[in-house]
Amino acid sequence: MSEIMSQPPGLTAYLLLAAMLFCIGLYGVISRKNSIAILLSIELMANAVNINLAAFARFSGNLLSQGFALFSIALTVAEVVIGLAIVILLYRSHKSIDAEAPTALRG
Amino acid sequence: MMSWIAFTVIAGVILTAALQVVQSEDLVRTVFWLALTLIGTASLFVHLDAEFLAAVQVLLYTGGVITLMLFGIMLTRRGAGVRIEHGSKDKPKALACGIALFGAIVYSIYSDKQTANAQISDMAGTEELGQLVLGDLVLPFELLSLLLLAAMVGAIALARKVDP
Repeated sequence: MSEIMSQPPGLTAYLLLAAMLFCIGLYGVISRKNSIAILLSIELMANAVNINLAAFARFSGNLLSQGFALFSIALTVAEVVIGLAIVILLYRSHKSIDAEAPTALRG
Repeated sequence: MMSWIAFTVIAGVILTAALQVVQSEDLVRTVFWLALTLIGTASLFVHLDAEFLAAVQVLLYTGGVITLMLFGIMLTRRGAGVRIEHGSKDKPKALACGIALFGAIVYSIYSDKQTANAQISDMAGTEELGQLVLGDLVLPFELLSLLLLAAMVGAIALARKVDP
């Protein structure tokens, strides 16, 4: 253990942290019923990806990876904007933001 | 050693806040737990020598997304306090999915030799990142601004009240 502690955290530590964050987000997406809470969990998953990209940039010395993380952050913001617009539409038509409320397309 | 302490503290904050985001029963509190997660991620970016990413993270996520989420909650809630519940039958399924995916990711991390041997390498700063984004990546960058414009117009078109 002391050998590991004597040097700075390696790539594996960051990847494990991101994996945990991603799986927590996945748990939230599947178990939540409120659609805003689902959007928040998707944010968690996107964050895990950004941590991975930043860690890869640090351990490869290649800035392209940080550029990717920048684009990914901006894309997530666009996704949140559209997602919230859809939630507001959902609220207007169903008076609820429960993800199980809209059943018109159910076969 | 200092690096490990910083990493452990930041990771602890991020994971605790993330667990609260998927567990907490109050929607507004959930949003603030998410804000804590995002700030923790920003400090992890600083820890990884990605200062510009940290600044963008704080500006866009913690500034923009959290505000948007609060607006969304205010526009869609009825009465004071928003309780959110889990679909109780989905909880074990979700837990199983999460653990299975985590196992798969851990397996693939440890089966890759390159990951274990990766060394910290010299890192170019924000100046080089700017050169890259406005040099090699200038076309995707402009497309990104187009996408943001489209998302903005789309959100307004979706959410505005249509007069009959």
